[in-house]
Parts: sequence; structure tokens; C-alpha cells
Amino acid sequence: MLIFEQSRTGRRNPVQAPSELADTSAIPSHYMREDAPTFPEASEMQVVRHYTKLSQLNFSIDTQFYPLGSCTMKYNPRACNTLASLPSFLGRHPFAPESHSQGFLACMHDLQEMLKDVTGMKEVSLTPAAGAQGEFAGVAMIRAYHDANNDSGRSEIIVPDAAHGTNPATAVMCGYKVREIPTDVNGDVDLEALKAAVGPQTAGIMLTNPSTLGVFEPEIKTIAGIVHEAGGLLYYDGANLNAILGKVRPGDMGFDVIHMNLHKTFSTPHGGGGPGAGPVGVSERLIPFLPIPMVTKEEDNYRWLTEADCPQSIGRLSGFMGNAGVLMRAYIYARLLGREGMHRVAEFATLNANYMLVKMRDAGFELAYPNRRATHEFIVTLKKEAKELDANAMDFAKRLLDYGYHAPTTYFPLLVPECLLIEPTESETQEELDGFIDAMIAIKKEAKDSIEVVKGAPHNLPVRRLDDVKAARELDLTWKPSAA
Amino acid sequence: MPFVPHTEEDIRVMLEAIGVDSINDLFDEIPKNLRHDLGDEKPLANVPEGLPESDVARLMHKRANTDGAPLCFIGAGAYEHHIPAAVWEITTRGEFYSAYTPYQAEASQGTLQLLYEFQTMMASLTGMDVSNGSLYDGASSLAEAVLMAVRANRKSKSKRILVPRTTHPHYRKTANTIVKNQGITLEELDYDREGGHIDPASLTDEPGDFAALVIPYPNFFGVLEDVDVLTDWAHQHGALVIAVVNPLALGLLKSPGQWGEKGADIVCGEGQPLGVPMASGGPYYGIMCCKQALVRQMPGRIVGRTVDLDGKPGYTLTLQAREQHIRRSKATSNICTNQGLMVTASTIHMALLGAQGLKHAAAQSHANKQTLLEKLSAIDGVKNTFNRPSFHEAVIQVELPTKDVLDALAENNILGGYSLSEDYPELGNALLVCATETKNEADLELYAEELQRILTV
Repeated sequence: MLIFEQSRTGRRNPVQAPSELADTSAIPSHYMREDAPTFPEASEMQVVRHYTKLSQLNFSIDTQFYPLGSCTMKYNPRACNTLASLPSFLGRHPFAPESHSQGFLACMHDLQEMLKDVTGMKEVSLTPAAGAQGEFAGVAMIRAYHDANNDSGRSEIIVPDAAHGTNPATAVMCGYKVREIPTDVNGDVDLEALKAAVGPQTAGIMLTNPSTLGVFEPEIKTIAGIVHEAGGLLYYDGANLNAILGKVRPGDMGFDVIHMNLHKTFSTPHGGGGPGAGPVGVSERLIPFLPIPMVTKEEDNYRWLTEADCPQSIGRLSGFMGNAGVLMRAYIYARLLGREGMHRVAEFATLNANYMLVKMRDAGFELAYPNRRATHEFIVTLKKEAKELDANAMDFAKRLLDYGYHAPTTYFPLLVPECLLIEPTESETQEELDGFIDAMIAIKKEAKDSIEVVKGAPHNLPVRRLDDVKAARELDLTWKPSAA
Repeated sequence: MPFVPHTEEDIRVMLEAIGVDSINDLFDEIPKNLRHDLGDEKPLANVPEGLPESDVARLMHKRANTDGAPLCFIGAGAYEHHIPAAVWEITTRGEFYSAYTPYQAEASQGTLQLLYEFQTMMASLTGMDVSNGSLYDGASSLAEAVLMAVRANRKSKSKRILVPRTTHPHYRKTANTIVKNQGITLEELDYDREGGHIDPASLTDEPGDFAALVIPYPNFFGVLEDVDVLTDWAHQHGALVIAVVNPLALGLLKSPGQWGEKGADIVCGEGQPLGVPMASGGPYYGIMCCKQALVRQMPGRIVGRTVDLDGKPGYTLTLQAREQHIRRSKATSNICTNQGLMVTASTIHMALLGAQGLKHAAAQSHANKQTLLEKLSAIDGVKNTFNRPSFHEAVIQVELPTKDVLDALAENNILGGYSLSEDYPELGNALLVCATETKNEADLELYAEELQRILTV
């Protein structure tokens, strides 16, 4: 039932707003609202009960194993939320003067410095609000760099076909044409295709390493050489940073600009789809173009760097400084982890993924790249199950929900048929991984014995499979009182 | 080990199953010369040692205390409002807090239904037909609205957008950062020095051919624009209307859907005043609503109601063919997530306040601003700058440099407003001041007394 359907005219929560209507006579009547918006009229308890019950319809990290590949669904420590929510932090106005901001700015500056070290980049700006905005900032900086060098004829960004969809979408937002290059049989960039693709039109390349195929690109230095030789720059998509934290640094691989997804690697909450935070780090030559604001430390005083300090900056990306509360959570997480803890993130994420890979292979599931190690994630292809048993990746995904596991990422990357991209993260126990593998084995058996159980899944959730076609064709995006 | 559950025995068993001797062996596909942890330098030298939670708590409390809890009269796009305790108690339940984008709809009905309820409330509040599930923040929502208007206005085919200087300066800068690489230009429109609003008379001679006119409401100065006249002018000149709103104000003021003869076409703005703390500027969320005809041009996540195999109602992400994970380089935007958790808070906030609570909070904010403005204007050396009605912010001019005034106020723990000297030098020593329903008579009086004291020294 919707909250609107629980509404009763005249029901109020008088402690939550001024009880009387204040004098508004200074505003001429033609500005005033005459209709009331469609808000519910419900008691505080009704509202609390309704949204508590809604929350219980969700799968989440706090309640389920959530091996969603490429999303790094690891434990979000509660301390990060509690401490980022101290009243002074929540109450701080974004334009508060430096005199009332030194505590907050110190956290931001510390985080900038740590992220520089983690990535091996020369400077970091925290301001992008999410990974996609970090990508935008990265490619916009590449463009600003070429423009500053009077080299604006560069019109193309190279993107491997395995890339996340945001990569080509971002390149277009920055005014570039996208040139896709293929992946070889081992999941690596096809070097011959790359050599053929680069030229005076190349502005740069967007790469993820480990790639979205769950493998580390060993020829990364060669790739960097080819692109730099052609005058292009290298952009690193930090989606998979969890795999290499403390082990390898994008700066050492030859990248010029990277974005990080703090909601992945630094364990800030995914929140049902955001907020994220997508700081960017750059090599020496891109420093002047970083987005503002940034924090600097002068003697013992922290202050913002803005337009006046950074005249070549690509500019602002949001109204204030980005997702400060997310950055605070990432900072607190980093302090809890420390140097040793960060190493262990990559080590145990990789251990868990390789353990699952081996166990699933031994259970008869086909690996997309059987000759490769898993990084923090790996891909199983269910094309055999789809062909022989009529149980495709979607069917397995939906049936896993019945077993109490969130499904891995399905049908991404697009070039592996019937794929499941599985990312267990470092925070899961061996028992949990075994439970998931047992469920996969059980589902395969069900597919042989009684396929309708698998095809009809999920059976135990609040709803069964939903009609997406109807949703798109007969758009119903808002509740209307008349429909009640 | 922090947040890693493995025992020594677990590690031994797992390595044995994999068939390697050590965890390090699992990284053997990475060229050795790239390995940061095998190099000569100490890896992650600038990352401090980890601390127990109690020590991190002590550090964060100390830093929070450094920043204090000043009495805040700054608005300028971020506003202090009462947020019911229940809002964040429920929002931070793990099932909302630690879930992701509802890709598996059957396992995400809570988030999906909540978003559908949000879309309903936000579309109704703005007077539009549809809402998306949110964008990053107010400034970037304007950028997306501009891109959307250029895509949608097939008649004009123009890539020019008319943006008044009464729009938040950071919104204008942000929009420019995001749209400039696609050949879109933002043309400035000056404001009336007496009223602090766009003088509709200044529009008549404008050369035509704009894809859209941006109308901030209330504008950056807090002033109410002539929305009806501006909307009709835009439509007569083949331009779409993009409203940039404070959603709290819409509890009291006419919705953009009602402006002029046909209403605004796209409504964007900052969702923060509806249940999101100021928190240094984010995370907030961007509003994005529009008329039905433009829905396929809208960026971001959209939730639709449908039925399951048994005909039971349920909710799912819809119109995904617009999005980057399907359309890649042809997507409406590169945006991936929305600001799900902020929208969760905002939905609960709106449900708790109801339409009447929202209206009362808006009216009280306005009334407090009126009282503050009267008190401040009565001080020698303070002038109320604009003569037009305003919502919960207003511009005053003082006889000393704004920085000196603000610094002196801050010494007494009063944040006295936002200095306009940099963005609007033509206004002289001008301050944008704000009062919301959170301020009482004593707060307003204290500010007036302190300002008087500073100006009469």
C-alpha cells in the first residue's frame, strides 16, 4: 500500500512544523499557491511504520551477501556514519568562514593527501559528486590540456569494448567522438587494434585496470607508451581500485588522470543508488586543470582553493564542494583501516574471488577466462546452462534471490554471453562464499529436475518477476488520487 | 584485521583450495616492476597506521568541536531547517543505507516504491507531470536541464540558453563547466538594480533564438521574479522554460506548472531544504521534473509502476533505454546513480510534514526573514537593497567592507550572511542574509544587536 492510500484528511504532526500559519502579507496574492500538493496526511507513527516496512522489502549488505560485480558491496562500518554525523559536521554551512571550518577542512586535506599516495598521482580534487562526474572531470581535463597546448584538433577518445557504459557517454559529454577497440581472447586490450587506432586525432584512452572482465591488463605500460607516443593521455576508471589497493598504483602504470569511486573502495554506503563520491587524481601536467574547490594547507591554516587560485581549472561541478558527507565517511574508514588495513583490502578481496573462482570451476561452471587469475572479481558464463537446460543468467539471478543471495551483476560486460560478474569483497566469510556456491549448484540441479522452478523465480520475494515492457509502454510514474 | 573476517585457518584452507602458497601469489599476473608493495620505498608511506574506533571517535569529536555550532544566517543555496528525528533514524536503517541501485527489482521493492512515492510528491509540488529519482545537486541539475532543453527544443534548434544573473553564481558556473564542451552557450541576462529581479521590459529587444530561458525561483537574492510574464515571453519566442526552484518555497508559492499560460517545461533545483542537513554542501540531491512530453529526454533513474507475473502491482526502473548502461555513447547523460539515500530522507520528511507542515515552515521562514530585515534596516548604515517581495532571503548593504563585518560577527559565533562583493561588485558592500523557521525572536534580535555594535564602532 502506498503512503498516499493511508492518508486521512486533517491528520497532522503538529510537533514537526510551526502550528500556525505565519504572516505572509508581504507576498502579493498572485504568487501564492492555491492547490495543495499530493502529500500524505499521516501520523508520525504511520509514516515510521510505513517506511520501516518498505525498508524490509530490500536486500542490502547489512542483511544479505551482495556479490554485485563491479560495485564493491562490502561492509559499511557504522562508525563512519555515526562520526560523520556529529552535530557540528551536519550543521556546518558550506559557506561557513575558515574560522569555523578548520576541523572539517583538516579531514578533507588529510583525505586528499592519502588518496594521492594510494593512487600515485600528484594532486587530488575531491569535488566530483560520483564516479560518472569524476569521469567527466577527467576527460574535461584532458580536453583542457590539449586546448591549452593549442592542440584542439584531437577529436577522439579510445574506449575498449569491455568498458563500462559511462565511459563512452562521458566522452560524448566532453564533445569527443568515441572509437571502440576490441578485446583479445584473454580479456586484454588488443594491442594491434590499439596501434591502428591511435593517431593525431587521439585525445586519450579510457581504461579500467583490472578491466571489467575481472583480469589485470599486464601490458599496461606498453599501452601507455603507445597512447603517449601518439600525443594522447590516459584516463583510469577507478571502478576496480579495490583489487589493487596498496599493491599497484595507477600513477605508476602511466595514467595521467584517474577517478576513484569512494562508495566502492572506501566503503561509503551505496544508499539505494547514491550518493557516491568520485575524486580525481592527476599527474603533474594536469594539475592546473583540476576542478575546484580544493583544500590547501598554509602553515597551520586550511583554506579553499577557488577560481582566483586556479585560473585554468575546468571549473565547478556542483553548488558547493561535492559530497562532503561521503568524503567524511571515506576519511573515517581510511583512518580505521590505516596503511596495513588498506593492503589487506586488495589481498582478501582477491583471495575471496579466487577461492570462489576455483570452487565454481570445480563445480562445473564455465569461466569466461579460465586461464586467468581472478582479481577482486571474475566472470562465469552460463551459455551452456542456457542452451542445454534453458536456464539463462537471468534465471539463475532471480532464483538466487530465493536462496537469500543478491544476484551478481548479470549481462555485463556485454561481450561475454550469459555472464555473471561476481565480486565477493574482502568482508565476507568463507562460510558465506560456500553458501553461495552451494546455492548455484542447487539451482543447476533444479534446472535439470524442474526447470519451471527456476524459470518462475523468484517465488519467496515481495513480488515475482515484473513486467518491464508494460512499465515502459504504459508509463505510470506518479500516483494519482483518482486512481485510488 | 579491520573488516576482514578471515582466521589463519580460513586463509590456509582457502589457499590450499586455490593451489597457491601465499596470498601474494594471487597477484602474479601483475608485472613485478609495477608492484608498489615490492618496491624500495615503504608503500603508502603517507597513510597513517590504522586506529581503533575509539581513537578515531576521539579525533573526530575534537575536529567537530573545533568548528563549533555558530548561529547561522547564511543561505545562498543551503538552508538550515528542522528535520524530524524519525527522518534519519529510518533513512540510516541498513536496508536503505547499504543497498544499491535497484537492478534486481524483486529484491528492491522498498527503495523502488519509495522512489515512486517521491516522484509523486515532487511532481505534484512542482506542478509537473513527472519527476525522476533525483540528480546530484541543484547546480548540476541545472546543467542537465540545459542539456535536456537543447535536446527537446526541436523547433528552435538553438544551442543558446538565456540565464539571468539572478541565478546562483555557482549554478551558472557549474552549468557552464558541464555544457560548454557540447557547443552550448549560456547567455547572461542582467537584473534590475531597484528590484533585484529580471525586468521583463529588458527582454523585449532580446534577439530570439534561444532553446530555453532559465527562471530562478526565488532568485539568488531571495526575490520573486515575474514568473508569469517571463514564462509567456519565453513561449512566445519559441524557448522552453527551465525553473530553478527552492522546493520548500513551493509549499507556499505557486508551482512552476501554473506559471503564465502554459507553465514551465522543466523544473530543476536543490532538494536539500527538504530533510537534508547542510553538512558542508553535500550530499544533497538535484530535482528534475518535466512535462509528460519531455519524459524521454529526461536524464537519470525513473521508477514506474507495473505488475508481476501474478498481476500484483510492483515497481521497477523504467525507460532505461535512455541510460548509459544501455545506450552508451548515445545516452541522455553519463549519470549512473541518483542520490538515493538523500531522496529516502526527503520522502520521509515530506510525508511527516504533509502539505500543511511544509506550507507553515515556508511561511514562518518568510516571516522571520521579514522581521530580521526590519530589524537590520533600522540600523544606521544598513540599507535594504531591493524593493521587491522576497521569500526567506534578502540583500542588505552595509557601510563597511563585507569581509570585515562578517569576520567581526563570526568572532561572536554569528555567521551573518554571504558576501556578494565578488559575484556582484556593482552592489558594493552587499550581504545576502537568510532566516528560516529555525530562528526565534532572540536569535534575530541578537544578530541585529551585534551588527549595530559592529557598525557603530
